Amino acid sequence: MTTTDNPPVQEIGRDRRRKEDRRLITGRTRWTDNQAITGLLHISIVRSPFAHAEIKGIDTSAAKQVPGVVGVYTAADIGADAVQLPCAWPITKDMKSPQRPALAGSRVNFAGEGVAVVVARSAAIAKDAAELVEVDYDELEPVLDMEAALADGATLVHPELGTNENAQWVFDSGEAGSGGSAAEAIAAAEKADDQVVVRRRFRQQRLVPVFMEPRSTVVDPTGEQLTMWSATQVPHILKTMLALTLGLPEHKLRVIAPDVGGGFGGKIAVAPEEVVTLLVAQKLGKPVKWTETRSESLLTAHHGRDQIQDLAVAVTKDGQIKALDVKLLADMGAYLGLVGPGVPILGAFMFNAIYKIPAYRFDCRNVFTTKTLTDAYRGAGRPEATFGIERMMDEVAVELGMEPMELRKKNWISHEEFPFTTVSTLTYDTGNYEAATEQAMTMFDYDGLRREQQQRRQRGDVKQLGIGISTFTEMCGLAPSRVLGSLDYGAGGWETSSIRMLPTGKVECVVGTSGHGQGHETAFSQIVADKLGVGFDDVEILHGDTQSSYRGLDTYGSRSLAVGGIAIVKAAEKVVEKARPIAAHMLEASEDDLEFTAGKFSVKGTDKGVGIADVALAVFAAHDMPEGVEPDIDAHATFDPENFSYPHGTHLCAVEVDTETGFVQLYKYVCVDDVGTVINPLIVEGQVHGGLAQGIAQALFEEAAYDESGTLLSGTLVDYTLPSAADLISFDTANTTTPSTTNPLGVKGVGEAGTIASTPAVVNAVLDAVRQYGVSDIDMPTTPYRVWTAINSAKGTSGRGDEADVASPGAGLGSTASDISKGDTQGGHL
Amino acid sequence: MIPASFDYVRPTTVDEAVQALVDGGEDAKIMAGGQSFIPVLRLRMGDPSLVIDLGGIPELRGVREDGDQIVVGAMTTHHEVTRDDLLARHVALIAEATKTVADFQVRHRGTLGGALAHADPAGDLAAPTLALDAELVIVGQNGERRVPAADFFEDYFTTAIGPGEILTAIRFPKYTGWGARYEKFNRVAQAWSIVAVAATVKVDSGTITDARIGLTNMAGTPVRARAVESALVGQSMSEETVRAAAQAAAEGTSPTSDADAGSDYREHLARVLTGRAVLAAAG
Ligand SMILES: Cc1cc2nc3c(=O)[nH]c(=O)nc-3n(C[C@H](O)[C@H](O)[C@H](O)COP(=O)(O)OP(=O)(O)OC[C@H]3O[C@@H](n4cnc5c(N)ncnc54)[C@H](O)[C@@H]3O)c2cc1C
Repeated sequence: MTTTDNPPVQEIGRDRRRKEDRRLITGRTRWTDNQAITGLLHISIVRSPFAHAEIKGIDTSAAKQVPGVVGVYTAADIGADAVQLPCAWPITKDMKSPQRPALAGSRVNFAGEGVAVVVARSAAIAKDAAELVEVDYDELEPVLDMEAALADGATLVHPELGTNENAQWVFDSGEAGSGGSAAEAIAAAEKADDQVVVRRRFRQQRLVPVFMEPRSTVVDPTGEQLTMWSATQVPHILKTMLALTLGLPEHKLRVIAPDVGGGFGGKIAVAPEEVVTLLVAQKLGKPVKWTETRSESLLTAHHGRDQIQDLAVAVTKDGQIKALDVKLLADMGAYLGLVGPGVPILGAFMFNAIYKIPAYRFDCRNVFTTKTLTDAYRGAGRPEATFGIERMMDEVAVELGMEPMELRKKNWISHEEFPFTTVSTLTYDTGNYEAATEQAMTMFDYDGLRREQQQRRQRGDVKQLGIGISTFTEMCGLAPSRVLGSLDYGAGGWETSSIRMLPTGKVECVVGTSGHGQGHETAFSQIVADKLGVGFDDVEILHGDTQSSYRGLDTYGSRSLAVGGIAIVKAAEKVVEKARPIAAHMLEASEDDLEFTAGKFSVKGTDKGVGIADVALAVFAAHDMPEGVEPDIDAHATFDPENFSYPHGTHLCAVEVDTETGFVQLYKYVCVDDVGTVINPLIVEGQVHGGLAQGIAQALFEEAAYDESGTLLSGTLVDYTLPSAADLISFDTANTTTPSTTNPLGVKGVGEAGTIASTPAVVNAVLDAVRQYGVSDIDMPTTPYRVWTAINSAKGTSGRGDEADVASPGAGLGSTASDISKGDTQGGHL
Repeated sequence: MIPASFDYVRPTTVDEAVQALVDGGEDAKIMAGGQSFIPVLRLRMGDPSLVIDLGGIPELRGVREDGDQIVVGAMTTHHEVTRDDLLARHVALIAEATKTVADFQVRHRGTLGGALAHADPAGDLAAPTLALDAELVIVGQNGERRVPAADFFEDYFTTAIGPGEILTAIRFPKYTGWGARYEKFNRVAQAWSIVAVAATVKVDSGTITDARIGLTNMAGTPVRARAVESALVGQSMSEETVRAAAQAAAEGTSPTSDADAGSDYREHLARVLTGRAVLAAAG
């Protein structure tokens, strides 16, 4: 019998390069759009240019004449108008929910909504023919402004609902018994001499997730099981939802998410296009593909954020917070996405953040408008809340004339107070805000930068320095099923893994999470390697195919490691337990005398042992099994966490504001994040960097803007401003480690932390630089134009309203189509 | 995105290209580097029936000296312009401006001729071309003509290139020993200019003896800041004099308003950036 002579090094904690990157970086993988099936047909979707309109008629005759066109269908032709795309999160019992068809039948409710579909032998032919479909629209009033949409007599997006309000969701700590009444505390503060009430309104602009790989779906209806490949984050949810939505037998469906190029929440969906592709494939009995263009993606894939936040904080003059009142308006867009209405509600638990707030009220109204729907986007609800509270902490500090970090220290939960149950009823298991903050302040040279700031002010430098803080926590690792149930979410939050021990000692580990760029294959292999004592390269992680991985709840909410990773640990433990009696039999020893370390069962006190691979081979042969033991050491486990995980950290940002031009340049960015046990430091750092880029981009660059007719102005990547590496700086990142006590690995999620934390740090820094000129707020993104306008306007506030409400629509057509572009003074640039 | 279908030819001489253009009529279009042209096709904002690719014509590519001029072939790529020794020595401003265009990939395909023929008001190469008093060489069936830059840019996306004509070269006078700076203002590194200022100045023992300044995106065409130029000439170099002169930068401009900038902000930027550009050019 072979035994392992060199016990493998500890994999957990090693900065392994990502094993999946070779195929991803060299382009050798097969994305959904690369699926090539004999006889594949292609579709192109005809979309409404209007935000709100009645469809009077659709003439498909010219399109049908194009050689190579197989069919042109309106919604009714394929039953797409009768479909009700699912919303899995009815946040209140009486929430108003419009029917969301796969293609619009009689009315379109946002610009970009599909109204017809062309099927052809090539994507080019489908696109050519789609241009020939004539749709007769009767334009209706668009509904664009949330406050106007809720006013009496407002035009209704969905007249049949009788209102533009989707739902109102309220949490009041006085009523819940987890704290006092915020209303009473604020009223009292208004009368008290030693307290002040600080009120602010913040806006969360609309964002587009802009995942790298556009969405794509291929449906092959020709096999016994209908197979759908899709660039999705949620193959399992998609499969079950397709069965429920379309009445298809679930066992006749197979969904495959091959390598998926990013999602950031944008691919948590049962997309209308996925359903249309399926309906067309079924109608024709042929395989069909849909792949979106980048413009289609920007226009129709769900957007994120878009809130108006009205906050009030009651605080004693020496900085003790007494109450927090939060009123939100959240734009749902035209329909409800898969989890759309629940996104702002996740924020309800996070506005109180790391602070001990004795009285808290959260009141959110979700509003329908004639815009692209909003749904999960990296952080989902938590960036909004973190922005609100961390901006507010700076505002309160300014009102009180306090150093902003001192105000935070005065109110945060100290490390001795964990576990701590918050005013919004969550129990934070562990954390150490003091430690992360101290380390961050040192790395940042906080005092030194404050001195530099002072000197620049005194000199009246053109470039002024601003310093911003964000001391954040978040809830992630979605989620305890029990909690999701109490929030009326439509599914659980468990996760599953199966481990298959192959005869040669190699391991296949099947997971129910569905990675799409995070590096799961690497991190999960490290866990399996340690738990089974096998080599890192001897582990294959299988995911994203409902045939191999039949059970799972997919990837979002920083859950894959904190929930899915624990299922892997549990499955590995079961493998070892199943192997133990067989190993004992092989060693002619008693099970009780065996210990399992580094992949080897050995008899305590002797050098006798067998490796887990030996057991796997013995089980394969099954010639000599102990009595009553089945020849199988594979195992399957499901983990349902008892609590969320609560990563936290301190982010410090310094910016230089060019006071002549309004340009904001990042100057220094330090973050110390506590994400519990780190499985792979390289991956953690990558997640933090990417998260920071996205959070900083919300602060400085990105905005999905609509014009007054409801047309998306930022419909190309020329108009939707994304930063590149050239616009960011080298981030100084570090970790403190306070292991989570709610899971055996001690891990917390890291996928969203950087995005959640960074936005307020940057905006606080920008304001810190320009408050000296009387500026008190600047809407995001804090563009040079807005910053300059704020500095120059007497009132000192800026943002919406004091600028021309036009982006640069259209495109520079040059001599190719100069007849169109001539005189178009707003030409964009190509 | 997928463009509509079109025919494609790749001539090897200018004469062949002109012939193809004339034969093709209204719906025939020239393609240089394709960096503006192909996006237009892909967004289906143009659907020519014939595309004439100038990429196969060697005589259109390269930089050479011709007496007191530097001649740049229309198909010379941005990348080549940024690396060329003759340009660095004699026409530094165009090289400086070209370095700010887009990213590496685009600079390896896009061409000087294509950028000027495209005449996007936010394009970075028209303002330096105007400031440098270049001549644009245009060839048609009736032979060659030379158009001064001041007459070349007519309107948004509109130039003096007529039907059946091709831009073949750009001829720059020599500015040997002049300082140059292209001061570009945009929101992210690889974006188009919100406003930019092209400045090249000659300084002799502390006195500005000559200056050329062009503005990007301050009107439908590039604009020459002549008031600033004349205010500078004869002045001794100092931050105050330069900034004072730069106050005239927005004279005669008519900038647009969009989400990135209102016209008042553009005018303000023109003044600030002109000051900075001249100081950097002189420094
Ligand atoms: C991502 C991206 C970013 C960019 N950023 C910038 C930027 O920051 N600054 C900037 O200035 N530009 C920018 N550009 C544009 C770039 O500089 C292009 O190269 C340029 O605008 C067009 O040059 P081209 O050679 O690609 O021409 P093409 O795209 O091939 O042609 C452009 C137009 O000119 C016509 N044309 C071309 N050559 C001739 C000729 N010889 N005679 C007659 N007509 C001709 C064509 O018919 C066409 O209408 C960017 C482009 C991209 C794709």
